[in-house]
Amino acid sequence: MDPRVASAWALLPGYLGQHVLLSACALLLGLAISLPLAVAASRSAVVRWPALLVASLVQTIPSLALLALFYPLLLALSSVTKGAFGFGLPSLGFLPSLLALTLYSMLPILRNGVTGLTGVDPAIVEAARGVGMTDSQRLFQVELPLAAPVIMAGVRTAAVWTIGAATLATPVGQTSLGNYIFSGLQTENWVYVLFGCAASAGLAMAADQLLGLIESGLAQRTRWRIVTGAVGLALGAAVALAPLVATSAAPARYVVGAKDFSEQYILAELIAGRLQHAGASVERKEDLGSTFAYSALKDGVVDTYVDYSGTLWANVLKRTDNPGRQAVLDQLTAELERRDGVIVLGSLGFENAYALAMRRSQAEALHIRTLDDLASHAGQLTFGADLEFLSRPEWASVRDAYGLKFRKTAEYQPTFMYRALTSGQADVISAFSSDGRIAADDLVVLDDPRHALPPYDAVVLISPKRANDQRLLGVLKPLIGKIDVAAMRAANLSVDRDMDKASPAQAATALAAKLPPPP
Amino acid sequence: MAEPIIELRDVVKRYGALEAVAGISLAIEAGTFTALLGGSGSGKTTALKTINGLVVPDAGEVRVAGERVPTASGPALRRRIGYVFQEVGLFPHMTVAENIAVGPRLAGWTKADIAPRVAELLRLVALPDDIGARLPAALSGGQRQRVGVARALAARPAIMLMDEPFGALDPVTRDQLGRDYRALHEQLGLTTLMVTHDVWEALLLADRIVVMDQGKVLADASPAALLAGHDNARVRALMETPKRQVERVRELAGDVG
Repeated sequence: MDPRVASAWALLPGYLGQHVLLSACALLLGLAISLPLAVAASRSAVVRWPALLVASLVQTIPSLALLALFYPLLLALSSVTKGAFGFGLPSLGFLPSLLALTLYSMLPILRNGVTGLTGVDPAIVEAARGVGMTDSQRLFQVELPLAAPVIMAGVRTAAVWTIGAATLATPVGQTSLGNYIFSGLQTENWVYVLFGCAASAGLAMAADQLLGLIESGLAQRTRWRIVTGAVGLALGAAVALAPLVATSAAPARYVVGAKDFSEQYILAELIAGRLQHAGASVERKEDLGSTFAYSALKDGVVDTYVDYSGTLWANVLKRTDNPGRQAVLDQLTAELERRDGVIVLGSLGFENAYALAMRRSQAEALHIRTLDDLASHAGQLTFGADLEFLSRPEWASVRDAYGLKFRKTAEYQPTFMYRALTSGQADVISAFSSDGRIAADDLVVLDDPRHALPPYDAVVLISPKRANDQRLLGVLKPLIGKIDVAAMRAANLSVDRDMDKASPAQAATALAAKLPPPP
Repeated sequence: MAEPIIELRDVVKRYGALEAVAGISLAIEAGTFTALLGGSGSGKTTALKTINGLVVPDAGEVRVAGERVPTASGPALRRRIGYVFQEVGLFPHMTVAENIAVGPRLAGWTKADIAPRVAELLRLVALPDDIGARLPAALSGGQRQRVGVARALAARPAIMLMDEPFGALDPVTRDQLGRDYRALHEQLGLTTLMVTHDVWEALLLADRIVVMDQGKVLADASPAALLAGHDNARVRALMETPKRQVERVRELAGDVG
């Protein structure tokens, strides 16, 4: 078997279990809310129009945005509950995913519920009243059984939507089959992307068919169909959830986070590997949205991950000045601990910063080593930037500090930006300093003597609740200052290159071989 | 005179500007078979439904067995009154036997009591025993209405309210069912109030005919008295039709004989 397929299979039990747990809870919760609402709506137009309108509006919000919107919402709610009752709510992971998907599942159930209940023949309703049924007897003995096939059709639609949308829970910190898709897209591992799509589609189809069996059983009043469908769903859920029950019984687990690009996956694997070597069990939360990762750590959803000093400086401390690499690191360490109780364990020893890079041959021919040198030649050179660099503050800062005026400027998707440089269409590009292609394409990164570009030291962060966890600190401390930019570039390249790709785990193993052995 | 089992006093029911029932009073004695006769929009169905509380009057008073309607619990009242209507309204997800058993089940009868009662009712409405296991969709129109009558009778009501019960059936089935029901009415000592727009049905089945028009009672008398003549021209016109038809049929029969 292809090693990528094999590694995808190995991840399936965990991803599938989480995906099924999330989808099933959302669907059941959606059903529990929508069904009574549908009954109320079918009896009263005052309830019907607002309920259907709100459910339709929710449906128009793109599902990824809906999932992301619950983060600030729960954050605000959490500060309220903390003030009022002394406990907060998790704003990342299972809860926001559950709430967003529940909302998402409601429209089809609600709409079909109202259609089914109002569609019951008026003569049958009159007969039910005529024989002396109370309102609730009429509902449970006549209206709901008659509307059941239509309601089940709505539940089927809701199930397919929910299972599909659950893949989008990955960026807000909830493991799902979306982990294959998000990490696969980042590392251009199409086997993972296809595997994730196929697994999610297969799950949706299986649930749809089993619910369809129940639906036709209700319509034709054939008991065996209903029983087979229900037993099939129960068995499927039990099999999918079994690995979760098994792993949740394991002791002392650490959650290692990662954002959604190759370097992050590799470092997360490196940390996970060391923890496992020390006998701890590890859970990975990968593909965290860049803005969610720090919050996840602060809230204790994630125990540790690697972030970059410049990112935290700007996004968490809201600072725009640049007092220098060491000062940024020192102030960050002090401030994050004071504000949030987050421990900055230290820098791994390399930066993943914005940098300007050139072909070594041309840089040497023109005697360009620093951005000052570049400024005097810029008028003859073409600048290739990635799609966001020219609108970022880093560009404004470096342009103004050195007075850079290029002959021509072009924007590229990152892969094509490197191609443009190697083929000579561009002479200077915006690069990330730890990008593996800098070594592979024989590029030089120009020095920044005026410190116009903020420092982006890779720093290991520890969540407040693990601040005194000696095992975790003991495992991670030896990594501080030990990964140089060349080693990181090599590791990144092995994952990013087109041919002979390594998985992040393989790259982490290769990287670990160059480091001091774990304690 | 005995206390009437059903009594309407100055009952009014409005739907918006329309006065469907415009102040009618009626006293129905136990054991009688009364027809409420009128065209569509005469208010006969609305008047009937005030008796089992399906329609709540805007003014006036309805009493059943001396008790005021609506009582605290409409459902409890309706379990004591049989109700049959044109569309029948059999529950399509229940078998014939389950449909018939609904009333007794709601009244809390035990299973041991319900099963023989269902068999008894199937015999009473002249349906074969094995029909009990079928779903309503598998029955003919006449069979369905027989099941409707059986369901209405299941919990042993003293009163039967019938709203155009045989209106959707073909003439032969309709005649057969009408006669069968009249026999049941006698046999079980029921009080029956039947809404119909069919003069023949009213004349042939009822002891007493209440003619309604625009929410009011135009006439209230026995079939024989109505045929003999009435001071209201519309009532006379209504009774002319069957008389003329009888004459015509007699002539035809004479021609043959």
